[in-house]
Amino acid sequence: MLGDYSLGDLGAIFAMQGFAGLILFSVYLLMALGLAIIFGQMGVINMAHGEFMILGAYVTYLCSTFFQTYLPALFPIYFFIAMGLAFLASGALGMLVEWGLIRFLYKRPLDTLLATWGLSLILQQAYRSIFGAREVGVELPSWLIGSVQVTDTIEIPINGLFVMAVTILITVCVALLIFRSRFGQQVRAVMSNRAMAGAVGIDTEKVDRYTFGLGCGIAGVAGSAFTMIGSTGPTSGQLYIVDTFLIVVFGGAASLLGTIASAFSISQTQSTLEFFLSGSMAKVITLLAVVGILMLRPQGLFTLKVRR
Amino acid sequence: MADDTDTGADRGLRSPLRRRLLMGLAGAPALALMPRAAWAAPATSAVNTTGLAVTDSEVTVGILHSITGTMAISETGAQEAEKLAIQQINDAGGVLGRKIKIIQEDGASDWPTFAEKAKKLLVNDHCAAVMGCWTSASRKAVLPVFEQYNGLLYYPTFYEGLEQSKNVFYTGQEATQQILAGLDWVHKEKGGDSFYFIGSDYIWPRTSNKIARKHVENVLKGKVVGEEYFPLGHTQFNSVINKIKLTKPKVIFADVVGGSNVAFYKQLKAAGIDLSKQVLMTISVTEDEIDGIGGENIAGAYACMKYFQSIDNENNKAFVAAFKKMWGEKTVIGDVTQAAYLGPFLWKMACEKAGSFDVDKVVAASPGLEFKGAPEGYVKIDENHHLWSKTRVGKAKTDGQFEIVYTSPELIKPDPFPKGYQ
Repeated sequence: MLGDYSLGDLGAIFAMQGFAGLILFSVYLLMALGLAIIFGQMGVINMAHGEFMILGAYVTYLCSTFFQTYLPALFPIYFFIAMGLAFLASGALGMLVEWGLIRFLYKRPLDTLLATWGLSLILQQAYRSIFGAREVGVELPSWLIGSVQVTDTIEIPINGLFVMAVTILITVCVALLIFRSRFGQQVRAVMSNRAMAGAVGIDTEKVDRYTFGLGCGIAGVAGSAFTMIGSTGPTSGQLYIVDTFLIVVFGGAASLLGTIASAFSISQTQSTLEFFLSGSMAKVITLLAVVGILMLRPQGLFTLKVRR
Repeated sequence: MADDTDTGADRGLRSPLRRRLLMGLAGAPALALMPRAAWAAPATSAVNTTGLAVTDSEVTVGILHSITGTMAISETGAQEAEKLAIQQINDAGGVLGRKIKIIQEDGASDWPTFAEKAKKLLVNDHCAAVMGCWTSASRKAVLPVFEQYNGLLYYPTFYEGLEQSKNVFYTGQEATQQILAGLDWVHKEKGGDSFYFIGSDYIWPRTSNKIARKHVENVLKGKVVGEEYFPLGHTQFNSVINKIKLTKPKVIFADVVGGSNVAFYKQLKAAGIDLSKQVLMTISVTEDEIDGIGGENIAGAYACMKYFQSIDNENNKAFVAAFKKMWGEKTVIGDVTQAAYLGPFLWKMACEKAGSFDVDKVVAASPGLEFKGAPEGYVKIDENHHLWSKTRVGKAKTDGQFEIVYTSPELIKPDPFPKGYQ
């Protein structure tokens, strides 16, 4: 299929395709980060992850409407405020859920699966009752729309670059928080041995609550960012949940680096195959490859040695 | 059982003699106040010989759509339109002198649930007719139920064709009606000779694209430079957009549905594809979908449908006004919503022509029926249970409405089993 094109054309396409892969990587990583913390660090199978993302998306929608109506002057920068509020809203809901539901189920991981799945249904219906069954349109400030013209033929979507920047920022923050802060030290201590961590004076319940809230908050930011590239409706969260779990499980549940590596490999495979084959085939082959690798390496790409 | 609750006037209607007596007694002023239809109402035993839920004053009709789950997004408009139509029919005196009573069930976006609820509506509630379903999958699930219990379904969605049942009336367009006129138009007006097909991966887009491909290759002598399908719910289209840029088709022909739709148009816009220069024709975006996509993301695209909210005729103006009055100023009306609105009226006309609610008689009376009050304009029912209708091409505007740029001059005959396109 590439025979008829000039070298310049091909170069441009490869450059844009490279960026398409990187953007997909950012999207995957951003949606998986929150779950990597909740599932990876705490072992909670959070089926409602997508709904926490959509809460962030709805907060963004409310912000866009609010700023358009009352503060049109600040509309160009509303997105940053919306992302902050999305983090707070999803995080707060996450902490509430942890307090009311999850903390009773730490010893029964399979029950968390059912409980959070039920929670996801409840949240979906709540969104439907509050915001209506139809999808809502989130208006973007004009500077986030369109593409950067690098050369005559190379165009890079601005919203893709924006998602990339957000992803990098969040990843760095999470890495610093987990590996360089006192809170992170406590999280890792609780994860490796809950009883011992409690014995040395760490308030494990509090650590659990904040960790869960952090994971949900990041999901909210992801959802907020994805209003630029995807849909915002009561069931939109379901679009992300499978890919998200795939990335976290493939990466090795307890490893942040694993999540990054897995998001990178899956997104590159997906986007390259999509270019040369069809969309559905790309998905099939990616999934087959993941299944194959997980059969050989059930613990995922990267693992930490953890005493449970 | 209903006899105890009957009013004197109603009971009187049963015998022509008493009716005449009553008329004499009531006198002319009272007569003018009475709803006309009440006098014409024939006896229940005459209009209902098969045990449907028909009393002297009421007839039961079912509504079966998804109120919850993924499909609630799309099906909300359809069930709203059906309720509006039924209310209007009731205000005008009902069907054969009987008010329509609605029993609504929720298909919950789950196909087995649709079948179960359809059975409930037919077996327990004895509905005289059911307005319902949206996806082909849900229709396929309820079809055996309607055929087994001899029910009557009015199905509102444009769909892939290749189906015809005695028990179903299809008020949306089948694929050839919807697609061919649009392709002809884009070929003639926009010089469309190379096409890129992109759709969601299930039966409707695949069948529609198959028909479109045959038409492009055999009739228009153009070529299809790409054909892509993505799983339902796919949200990343950057790779395929690059492919589109590489193959430079004259026309992008899109039938992506659901949440993917939103992602596709947002990313198309972000990738710098300007829809005022690149021709894009879609058969899956109505005013309903634009709500979620955002008008600014899709402005300039062409949609090929039988109905747009902006159609300029008296029927439609009245319909739009009534719909907004009932469901709120902000609601929009898409193709399927309008098609759903036709269902109750077509059923009413068939019942009145047959003089009965019996399914067999209603079915027999339907072919050839003409409905001049349709918002889309005049339609008529074909022998094959589909509607003759016009096809229109609309250009999406930033405010979420379509500017109609083409209307087929004649009604197009429905052809659910098109020869040469399979």
